[in-house]
Amino acid sequence: MAGCDNTDDMLDLLCPMHLRVDPSGVIAHAGPSLAKLRPAAPFAGTRFADRFDLLQPALSDAGAGLADMAGRRLRLRFRDRPATMLVGIAARDADGGAIVNLSFGISIVEAVRDYTLTIADFAPTDLAVELLFLVETKSAAMAALQQMSQRFNGARMAAEEQALTDPGTGLRNRRALDLALERMISDGQEFALMHVDLDRFKQVNDTLGHAAGDHVLRQAAHVMSVETRAEDTLARVGGDEFVLLFHRLCDRDRLGEIAARLIARLEMPIDWQGHRCGISASAGTAISIDYDNPSAARMLADADEALYAAKRAGRGRHRFHPDG
Amino acid sequence: MHGLIIQALQRFIVDTYGAGPWAAACRAMGLAGTEFEPMIVYDPALTDGLVDALSTGLSRPRPALLEDLGTYLVSTPKSAGFRRLLRFLGAGFEDFLHALDDLPDRARLAIPDMRLPVLALRSEGAGCYLLSCRSHLPGAGHVLVGVLRAMADDYGALATLDHRGETGGAEQVAVQVHVSRFAEARTFDLGARTG
Repeated sequence: MAGCDNTDDMLDLLCPMHLRVDPSGVIAHAGPSLAKLRPAAPFAGTRFADRFDLLQPALSDAGAGLADMAGRRLRLRFRDRPATMLVGIAARDADGGAIVNLSFGISIVEAVRDYTLTIADFAPTDLAVELLFLVETKSAAMAALQQMSQRFNGARMAAEEQALTDPGTGLRNRRALDLALERMISDGQEFALMHVDLDRFKQVNDTLGHAAGDHVLRQAAHVMSVETRAEDTLARVGGDEFVLLFHRLCDRDRLGEIAARLIARLEMPIDWQGHRCGISASAGTAISIDYDNPSAARMLADADEALYAAKRAGRGRHRFHPDG
Repeated sequence: MHGLIIQALQRFIVDTYGAGPWAAACRAMGLAGTEFEPMIVYDPALTDGLVDALSTGLSRPRPALLEDLGTYLVSTPKSAGFRRLLRFLGAGFEDFLHALDDLPDRARLAIPDMRLPVLALRSEGAGCYLLSCRSHLPGAGHVLVGVLRAMADDYGALATLDHRGETGGAEQVAVQVHVSRFAEARTFDLGARTG
């Protein structure tokens, strides 16, 4: 590169976004990159104050010139659109005017887009290109991560959908119950379906909080597993609702005994942090041999009806469908 | 090999040949699935094996397949970000060539465990350059040839490229720039549009 004849040429090379302002506040020269930002409105000959809005430092004295702000961090904005924000620093020159070097600062990404700048518009010492590179790489990496999160989220939802266990009690969930019912009916297996609903559970939740409620649910689930056989299916199907499937057990007397024992055990107070939580349970049972063609939906509805008959008769009871 | 790179290979194959050949190559490698995580660093041998399996499955020689990958990376609208990244490197094609040495470091700025091929440019005068490319992936030089061909086009430069094989553990690519402004460059601005 040939030697530079004067200061303007030198500064154009080193600081392509600089301005030279004369002592009266009129712009005498603008660096080539700055000039590119306003191709239709050249800077030379216009007043600095007419082109830029100085945001910092706030001027107490309207007459104060740029040279008086030498060495201070300047924040300014174009008065016309696009109103790009700039940062800068001024130095007093030999004539009492000022050299102001400007930079986009944080607004670099929008600025480069608004003005279609290229690497050639920045001095090699300017980190603008590194910053843009970083932004672009970060965006690509973030997009990949976002996709990954979405995929994981989808996989998690699918896994939950596929899960067969109720996380609160460790019993089977509604989906597992449906699968077991479907299998027993299609196998032509004899079974009884008992719908159990906890009584006064809501009071525990309301007065002692959800932690107490969760504890009571776990205890109730424990009682149910103790009072049933290993081959039976125990499922939690709602907040305080359970469905028990008794495999190959259709004897009303035995089912009645099991229900009575279960309810009695559930009525024993459950201790939670020194509080005695008293609940009870109502139950309704439908038996597969009572149907010519048992269907899951029908048996669930009938057991539910028997349960509500039990509740109407007073809490802590068990009823069969059909009642008899 | 970084997961982002394997994903780029996957996008290229699936966009160009469909999902079948990609799945077949994954099976040939004994993999259970066809997906790779973007932020996991995989064994370079895995990528190498995948490229071989793809080359066999598609009956396309490995160098040609890798060169196609390079061209795809620059020209597909899906990785416009990659093209913009490369255009960040220089205002013209020869500037771009000179800035390639910095590429791996710039990529590492944002993704610290990203290991791009180490590139070194030697100018031999009169628009002739020799670019050496050192990578875990044998044939990475061919990807580079594809990228450079597409970038020359992007800058509107007329250049010939020649893969000269391997010397001292690095693949050598000869670049001859005939005219740096042969055609109108594709319009470009540096502004990153996120999302």
